[in-house]
Amino acid sequence: MTADILMWAIWIAQAMLVAAMACNTYRLIRGPRAQDRVLCLDAMYVAAMLLVLTMGIRTGSAIYFEAALIIAVLGFVSSVALAKFLMRGEVIE
Amino acid sequence: MSHAADLPAWAALLTAALVLVGAGLTLLGAIGILQFNSFFERVHAPTLGTSWGTGAIVLASMVFFSVLGARPVLHELLIGAFITATTPVTLMLLARAALYRDRAEGNENVPPRSTLRQTPRADVQDAAGD
Repeated sequence: MTADILMWAIWIAQAMLVAAMACNTYRLIRGPRAQDRVLCLDAMYVAAMLLVLTMGIRTGSAIYFEAALIIAVLGFVSSVALAKFLMRGEVIE
Repeated sequence: MSHAADLPAWAALLTAALVLVGAGLTLLGAIGILQFNSFFERVHAPTLGTSWGTGAIVLASMVFFSVLGARPVLHELLIGAFITATTPVTLMLLARAALYRDRAEGNENVPPRSTLRQTPRADVQDAAGD
């Protein structure tokens, strides 16, 4: 019974995270300027990382944790590189 | 589906509640990105997802795997600490880049470059004169 509640909760949470990514995608496409798009890309990285973590709870396998960690690290590095590019016009000076 | 069946009821309910809270906060942040009007308002919105959105789901994962494996599983703390440490860095860099771009284009709705140092300070000039 409680296992069913948990599975439904995870299903609803994954739907919410996908809806969050859809909102971010809408702003990513429509966003008036480049910094809005970079902000949305960063938020999408976080939502995707949380989606992978909930997938790990759903399947009960610990391998998803490493994928989530890699997504978090790559999201940070790419967002910083894009912000640096917006500021200076080049990434490595 | 089968692995969650031997979980005690309190752990299953706690995990479900934490997962729902985390995903709901992330969705709220995304709706905020959609709704706010200027970039400097929008830059606040995703911090909902990166503070307690991530925190709740990481906590749910820790509770779930700890109770399931009957041993403390704490490696999800790594993700929480990493997101907590890197989000301010990213967003401050991005906000500074946006401010720089707005100033370079001459937008009037951002503060000018240095409002504090427009009048030269008398004590600095005296020290330079000596």
